[in-house]
Parts: sequence; C-alpha cells; structure tokens
Amino acid sequence: MENNIKMLENRACEIRKLTIQTIGKLGVGHIGGALSLCEVLSALYFEVMNINSKDSKMENRDRFVLSKGHGGPALYSALALKGFIPMEELDTLNKPNTNLPSHCDMKRTNGIDMSTGSLGQGFSAATGMAVSAKLDKKSLYVYTIIGDGESQEGQIWEAAMLAGGRGLDNIIAFTDYNKMQIDGLIEEVNGLEPLDRKWEAFGWHVQTIDGHDMKQILHAIDNAKKIKGKPHMIILNTIKGKGGFFCENSVASHNMPISEDTWKKAVELLDKREDA
Amino acid sequence: MVLENRWLRETYVDLLIEYAKQDERLVIVEADLMKAAGTTRFGETFPERTVNCGVQEANMIGVAAGMSAMGKIPFTHTFTPFSTRRVCDQVTLSVAYAGLNVKIMGSDPGVTAELNGGTHMSMEDVAIMRNIPGMIIYEPVDSAQLKKAFPQILEHYGPVYIRLLRRNAVQIFDDNTEFKLGKGIVLKEGKDVTILASGIMVAEALKAAQTLSAKGIDAEIINIHTIKPLDEELVLQSARKTGAVVTAENHSILNGLGGAVAEFLSENNPVPVQRVGVKDTFGEVGFTDFLKEKYGLTEKEIVLAAEKAIAMKR
Repeated sequence: MENNIKMLENRACEIRKLTIQTIGKLGVGHIGGALSLCEVLSALYFEVMNINSKDSKMENRDRFVLSKGHGGPALYSALALKGFIPMEELDTLNKPNTNLPSHCDMKRTNGIDMSTGSLGQGFSAATGMAVSAKLDKKSLYVYTIIGDGESQEGQIWEAAMLAGGRGLDNIIAFTDYNKMQIDGLIEEVNGLEPLDRKWEAFGWHVQTIDGHDMKQILHAIDNAKKIKGKPHMIILNTIKGKGGFFCENSVASHNMPISEDTWKKAVELLDKREDA
Repeated sequence: MVLENRWLRETYVDLLIEYAKQDERLVIVEADLMKAAGTTRFGETFPERTVNCGVQEANMIGVAAGMSAMGKIPFTHTFTPFSTRRVCDQVTLSVAYAGLNVKIMGSDPGVTAELNGGTHMSMEDVAIMRNIPGMIIYEPVDSAQLKKAFPQILEHYGPVYIRLLRRNAVQIFDDNTEFKLGKGIVLKEGKDVTILASGIMVAEALKAAQTLSAKGIDAEIINIHTIKPLDEELVLQSARKTGAVVTAENHSILNGLGGAVAEFLSENNPVPVQRVGVKDTFGEVGFTDFLKEKYGLTEKEIVLAAEKAIAMKR
C-alpha cells in the first residue's frame, strides 16, 4: 500500500511537471486550475478507473468527464503517461491542427469521453451517462471533476438535483475547491459556503478532504463505493497552481503567460523535491 | 383541404413507441412537458427509458448528450423556444460540437403557440438551429409525412431538430407519398413563379396557387420540409425554370427558410425572392387564425408576394 501511494504521488508529480512543460512551451495557458488536479488525476488514471489505453472505447469502461474543461492540459498529461496519446503530442497543445485544444474535445482526443468547456455542461452529461449505465445495468462508474467557480453555474445544481433525486450512486464527483476564480476569490465574487451542506441538501453523500493527499483521495473513493443509493461528492480542498513556484496560490494563475526560464526552473524544482 | 381528425403529436408519440419497440437505444428525456408533448403514453409504455428532469431544459439537453455518449438515441421534448433559444449553448456544445446523436423536438412553432402567447412563441428557433453546424431541421406538414420521416430521422446519426405542430394539421400527403429527408417535394408544377413553403404555410401556398391560376399565373409549389440542409438542387432547378421565388414560413423572415433560400440563390442564381413570414417582431397571445392574419401568414400575402416577384423579373 505504501509503495502504491508513493508510486501514485510520483505519477502526480509527473503529471504536474508535464503540465507545466506543456503550457510553458506554448507560453500561456490555464496553469492554475490544471495544477490543482494532478493528485486526483493520478489516483483515477493509475489506480481507480477501469480503462484500457489499448481499447479506449471499451464498452464497459469507467467514464471520466472533466467538466471544468479548461483543466485539459493536466488531463492530456495523464493520458500521455497512461499511453492513450503519444508523449510527443503534448507539444502540439493549441498549435495549428492539434488534437489537444485548451478545452477537452472528445472528437479529437483519444481517451476523452466528453467535450467540455462551457461550464456546467459536462456535469449534466456525466449525469446522463450515469442514468444510461443504470438503465443498461452496467456496473461502471462515472467520474467527474467540477470547478469551484463552475459551481456557480445553475446547470450544476440542476444536474445535482436530478442525480440526487434518482440516487445515482454510480457517479463519483469531485469539486476542485481551490477557492479562486478568474475575477478573484470565490468567497468575494459569489461564495459557495456551506458547500458540503449544499450537496447534502441535494441528496448527495459528501466527503471533504485534502485534495493533494493521495491517501485521503483513495480512501474517499473507497468510502464512496461502499455507500449505496446516493451520488458521491468528494470536495477536494486544493491549492490553485499547486507546485508551480511562479503561480501557486495566485488568482492570476487562472490563465497566465509563462516564460521558458520560468517553466524550466519550475520543473527543476519539482525534480529536486522528488529526489529529496 | 381538411384538417386531420387527430393531433399531430399523437402520431409522433405513436412513432416514438413503435420504433422504441424495435430499437432499445431510443429513450426520451423530458422537462416537465410530457403532458403537453403527449409523451406520457411513452412513459407508461417504457417507464425505465423515460427521464423526466423536471423544469430543467439545460440539464435535459446535457443528460441527453451524456446518454448519447453511452450509445442511446435520446429524444428531448419541450416547446420550440425552450428547445432552442433557452438551450442554445447546450445544444451547440454538448450535442453538436461533441458530435452526439440527440433528437430535439420543439412543439408549437411560431403562431401555433396560441394562448401561451409571446413568451412561448418562437419566431427565431429555426434561425438559432440553422447556425449550428451539423444540425438538421425538419418541419413536418402532416401525419402521413411525419410517418415517412421518422425512421429516417432515427437512422441518421447526428442532431435533428423536429419543429412539430402539436395540433391538427391540414392533410396534404397520403401514405403513398415518396419522402426523403433533405429533399423537397413538388406539390404542383408550374412555370411562372416558385413558391417554397414549410409547415402550416404549405396549405396556404396551395390555396394561393389556385388564386394565382385564376389570374393566369402558373405557380410551382414545393414543400421544403427539411430547412437544413436545404435541397439546393431542387431550389436551383425550379428558380431557373420560373425566374421568381416566394418563400412562406411560420417563422421570422430572418435566417429561416426565406433567409436560407435568399442566401443560396443570391450566390448561385440571382432571381427575385420575396419572403412571406413574420417581419422581425415578437409574437403575442391569440388563436392561430387571428395571428396568421395579423402577421401576414396567409394565402393573400403569398399571392401578393408572387405578383411582386414576377413583376421584378428582368
């Protein structure tokens, strides 16, 4: 178990370094909200989800919807590490004719289950996937990540109400609660608190954990699978821009320019931290 | 011309049920208008294949998209304005951009929203859907045509907007009518002017043809049931023959059938085009006959437009 945790933490670090490098090479991108996702993506892609890079359309695979579609670059890093897309493809991010656009596109990218980008919509689609899986008596899970800023969208709560009302226990959702959005702090713009009680009121089983702690993430997913009859929300307390010295915990990191020196130094620092 | 003795929605729901029996992928996703759409009957037959989201149009489209991503063929139902302008972004991105296969039914187009009035009376639904890449827009004329269209809509992979009159249609076609989605139907051949009509305006166009005939004008009447993609071949062929075109639709003259025809002909075969339809204004409460008169959706307007188009021929 300890070895496994270490492996997953290393994977998270690789996702983080690749994401910094991918966005860094381009020179600009949604770095902050991508870096807060690395641990949960590592857990899902390297431990939890039933997926197969050799058969990416496998019928009974678990589904994953990154409803906060601007986190695409972190997901592409995970997909590359898992073998869904060639590693060198990461360098094409947002370049002409790329298959890796800022926001996730199921028609272009192998391994992407839903196109997202207009906030709130992916979460509805994930709910539809869960309804469909129940109808077909498939035992798969639908995993989805929403943003905290995204949680201001009415469509999130429409889907939350439907999933709660229908008891869709095959949805395991995460809120990337990094407390920041484009225009400032979530609480200053349009606060979400009490977030856990909102989800509970909509009929969800709710856990709140440190979203950068691998043990807690795995434990929360295990817990979720044991609870039947309710959809699951795991609120991840995270840090926007986590692990990037130039962007950690900064509102400006939502979408920022990054120089070559900066991204190289950031990757170097993460390498050193890994060795320590 | 007589009204059918059964609401068109009943035929539509019969078809949903009939084809759902043959194809287990067919599901319906609703937003608390099952009683209006008549899909309650489907819900009783296939309760497990019926997802009623309640009053959540955006979520209805999103859930349908998710079900399509799992291999289902979802049909969504609500009134035309809520099937289009209210969910424009969801239909555009979650369905069309994502390349998914959702059929979107909007009922009570244009003035047929009647007593629900201006808020529920979309004059712009076709305009909104026309600008979404890959969207097919089909407006049935009567039950015989709808029966032919339904299996083709089901077979086509991709989004289709079905602009459905809920109440009694004027019976134009019979069970022997040939039908192909995307291909217009010539109802009467003529040589002086082409009248392209959709939905409830087909009956008006046929009446106009008789009036014009009495005046010595030989009009060609074509039903354009599929507004997108436009049957360009047929429109071009008829416009070349007659040299004057009138469009007639229960919709704004902006970016609907009239807009599509004017765009196409101006680039390929410029001839006078006169558009009969709603003149860039909101709807209001009232019965269909009153509203048709008020907004100029009548035989009389088609006749005037035809004479004007003919007079403009060089």
